Parts: sequence; C-alpha cells; structure tokens
Amino acid sequence: MSDSTRSSSNSAYSSAAAMPAGDIAAGVRGGTLRATDVLEQHLLRIREHEGEVHAFNLVLADHARANAAQIDADVAAGIDPGPLAGVPIALKDNMCTRGIPTTCSSKILQGWKPPYDATVVTKLAAAGAVLVGKTNLDEFAMGSSTENSAFGPTRNPLDLSRVPGGSSGGSAAAVAAGFATVSLGSDTGGSIRQPAALCGVVGVKPTYGYVSRYGLVAFASSLDQIGPFTGNVRDAALLMDVIGGHDAMDSTSIPEPQPSLLEAIEHGVEGLRVGRITDLPQGADPDVAEQLERAFDALQAAGAEIVDVQVPAFGYGLTAYYLIAPSEASSNLARYDGVRYGLRVDAPDTNTMYSATREAGFGEEVQRRIMLGTYALSAGYYDAYYGKALKVRRLIADDFDKAYTRADVLLTPTAPSVAFEFGSKGDDPLAMYLCDVYTIPTNLAGHPAMSVPFGTGQFGLPVGVQILAGTLGEPRMFRAAAALERAAQAATNNPQESAA
Amino acid sequence: MSERITAADVVKVAKLARLDITPENLERTTAQLAGMLEHFADIDALDLDDIQPMTQPYPLTNVFREDIVVIGLDRDEVLAAAPAAEDGRFRVPPIFGLEG
Repeated sequence: MSDSTRSSSNSAYSSAAAMPAGDIAAGVRGGTLRATDVLEQHLLRIREHEGEVHAFNLVLADHARANAAQIDADVAAGIDPGPLAGVPIALKDNMCTRGIPTTCSSKILQGWKPPYDATVVTKLAAAGAVLVGKTNLDEFAMGSSTENSAFGPTRNPLDLSRVPGGSSGGSAAAVAAGFATVSLGSDTGGSIRQPAALCGVVGVKPTYGYVSRYGLVAFASSLDQIGPFTGNVRDAALLMDVIGGHDAMDSTSIPEPQPSLLEAIEHGVEGLRVGRITDLPQGADPDVAEQLERAFDALQAAGAEIVDVQVPAFGYGLTAYYLIAPSEASSNLARYDGVRYGLRVDAPDTNTMYSATREAGFGEEVQRRIMLGTYALSAGYYDAYYGKALKVRRLIADDFDKAYTRADVLLTPTAPSVAFEFGSKGDDPLAMYLCDVYTIPTNLAGHPAMSVPFGTGQFGLPVGVQILAGTLGEPRMFRAAAALERAAQAATNNPQESAA
Repeated sequence: MSERITAADVVKVAKLARLDITPENLERTTAQLAGMLEHFADIDALDLDDIQPMTQPYPLTNVFREDIVVIGLDRDEVLAAAPAAEDGRFRVPPIFGLEG
C-alpha cells in the first residue's frame, strides 16, 4: 500500500481518495466535483484493503451514498452544503451516532444504538461531511496499539505487521489508507497523537473544553478531548474550525470564542519562541531523536527562536495519569451494569447479574484499569494514590505555565519509537503505558498538542514530532505545525539539500 | 513480591468494582497491579504538602444555560436499547436472591 503515503502537494494525488479535504469541499461546493464520485473512490479503497487493515467496526456504505447524493442534490439546487461538503469522514466508535451502533470496541456495548448524536456528529453533518464508518479502537480507548479491541486489532496500513498505535488506531489507519479523507478520534493520554505519529498523519488534541464532549462515551472525563486526524495541517485547521466552539450540552465546554485556525496558519513562525525541554525524560529511539533535532533546525531556519526551558515534573506524568485516568474510568464505567443498555448476563439477583455481566463484557485491560482505579479511590488508599496524583497534576500544570512564560510552543517526540510489531510489548502492561510518556502531561495540564509527520525513522516508517502549547494556544501551535509541514515537504522534494 | 497490594486486596477491590475475578487470574492480576504500584512510587519522593490538588484543567464555576424547555430523549427509543423492559420501565432481576 505504498500509494497510501499522503501528501498535500497538488502533484502527489491522482484521485479523490488522496485529495485534501479542503480541495474536495471547494470542488463539491463549486460544482466541479461530485460528492458521490469522491465517496465511491473511498469505498473502492475500503473494498480493496479493509480486509487486511481492519480500520472499521462498521462501514456505512448505504448511509454514506444517500448522504452524498443529498449533498450533490443540494449543490444542484443552489444550496451550500458547508465547509466540509462531500468530505468522507470516519468516526472513532466511541462517539454516539443516533440509531447507528456505537460499541467502544467492547462486547459490553455490542449492538447498542444510541438514542442521540454526539455534538461533533451534528456539527459534521451540518458542515456537509459524509460519514463513511465507525472505526476500531482499544476497548473504551484504553491502550496504545488497538490490540485491546474486542473485535480484533487494526493493522498499520504502512506495514501490516505493525500496530497503528492507539487507542484511536482505526481512525489513524482509515486516513493513512485513504478509506476516509479525515477522521475524528479521542485523546485521553495520547490516543490521537501517538497513532497519528505511527501512521504518518496529522493528529490534534485540542485544549480541554475546546471541542464538546457531549456524546463522547466517557473514559476519564477530566482528560478526554475529541480531535481530528488529517493528511495535512490545513485540513486539521479546517476540521478544528468546524468541530470547535461552545456547547451548552457540555458543562466543561469553554465559553470564550475561538479564533479561526485556517486564518492562523497563514502566518509564519518569524519570532515564535520554540522551547526545547532540557529535562525531558529519556527514552526516545535515536531515529526519533534525530528527526526532532531536524525539526528544531527547520523551525529556526523558518525564523523561529529556539529557547531552553525546564519542565521538572514532566516525568511524573505517567504515574499521575495512570492513577487519575483509571480512577475516573472506574467511576465512569460503573454505568455498564446490564440494566439500561448493552450486554446483560442473566442471574437470579441484581448483584450477581452486575458482576457476571461486567466480567463477560469487559476485556482484560479494562478490568485491570477499573481495579486499579477502584483501589486508588478506596478507603485507606485515597490519599496515598488518587489524592497525591492530583497534587502531581498541579505540579505539572504549574511547570508548564512557567515554561510558557519563556516559550510560545514546545517541541518533543510524539512517541518514543516508530510503529512497533504486534505483541512486542508482551504481557507487561507498563511497557505499553510507556508509549504515552511524551503525550500524557499535556492531558493532565489540559493543554493543546498535535503530532505532525516529520521524516522517517527505522524501516522507513514515519516519525511524528509533537508541538505543545499553553491553554487555547492552538493558533501558535498550528503556525508551528504548518512551518514543520512545509519543511518536511521541502525535504521530500529535495532530499540532497536537506541532507546537507 | 511487593507488599503494595495483596491477593486479598485484589479480591476486595474486584468485589467493590462488581467484577468476578477467577482464581487463575488472581495471582497474575495481583502481580501486575503490584508492578504498577511499584513504578508509581516515584512520586513518593516529591514534597507535595503545600500543593493544592488539581481536579480539572479549565475551572468553570456556575455553568448555567437558558431556562428553556427542551425535549428529552424518546422513552421508547431508550427502552429499546435496554436488555429488558416492561411497562415503560427497565426490568431487572430481584434485588435480593430468591434462593434459600
């Protein structure tokens, strides 16, 4: 599937299956492109390659065809379908779609049809996007490889022997494979950025509260955010402008208006202060570290100023996260009790029914995290674990705030390595958790961060560079992302020059 | 093995979390949780006495909406997704067992 390598340069795509979302929408709105044709090219790619990739829990071919036909009819009638007119989109299967199964890749929700749409689903429909399917994930978004799905793993389209990352592995793979032009995932500790890095696409975790969580099945409510996967930075800005904004249905939604990111990326990085975290935890592979250095050089060459900063508590993020997220999960997942929705294992009394249902319905990793969280919250251990983790969370946020007095954005690796092989993290859950070491602190602080593909590492696999910013720092984060993307494309077009 | 969590603790936690833990999984789960808690001991070195806990990243207080009547979820649609329903309600087994 070498042709699935994506680029936003105009010469790089020969079909609508690799065309940027912005170009598709412009073509459909202008009447030079039909939403139906765009969709059929994507459905063809799905027919050809989905069997080996398994990006989807559900492909909505008929639903999407009806939707695309309606968009074409609207254009013919002089009605503007919106800024995502005819853009095929895939949704992580933890976002509620009314009347369409939403499983969280868990047996406990298999077959469940939500009675309402998530706010992002409503916004995408209003913008003219065409929903092609619901994508696979680690069960309830708990994992970093999509190996924890109850319905089998997703494979990395760039190398089928390797994981796509996770937990939003299906959404990352769907974009990388050309099954959908763009997709949405959710990011609690890196679940958008890490799979984006491993699949060679752009992935954004917005500021906590930037995108409504209404209709996103809750994992860890103080950390979860929805964000886009795209083939290029401009499409990510386009998606963010559509899905962002205040929502009365989410009480944690930020009321302040959000500036257009499509407008922000028109500005360069001249004078932007890019921070290097000098006390960043070790552990990135040499190929990843090398690309990060090249990214600093590229931003400097584009006019940015590189400054050294310290975030001393960064390395404690893993511990704080793996106490806080499972604690919140143990509470959120208490709702799966076999009463109102999903699986029920019949038993003579309710208590036996609850336990039997949850044992049969939850996979191993989900049960492990529920137990870890229940333990961290239980009498006698609350102060030692959950209480202490909340204080470490404050330390991390304070350290970032100090760093952002000296730097506008920070640059780190997204993941410690390129895509790894199935089963390579073995039986030790901690080995998998370490994949999230660079992404987790952002979620604890509630800040935005995004991964941009930047060069390749071992085995020719893509490396992602992570850009971090302070609360509502999306405009400067996107400016840096656009500059990195330009540098990466220049390097691809002129390999000699970049090697010098 | 670490003393941070014992098999008896795990049995108690599983009961609190309404999970049936099988005897063959007990030893493995205890070892995995103990390994994690061992790793998480890194924060024991921090002086956190004067640090305020942080429960949410973007503090908002008194979040109100306009007092406008909106239509709630459709009852039949909601009940259609339930494992068992009867007379417009969720149907569950007896709260207390019938045996004995």
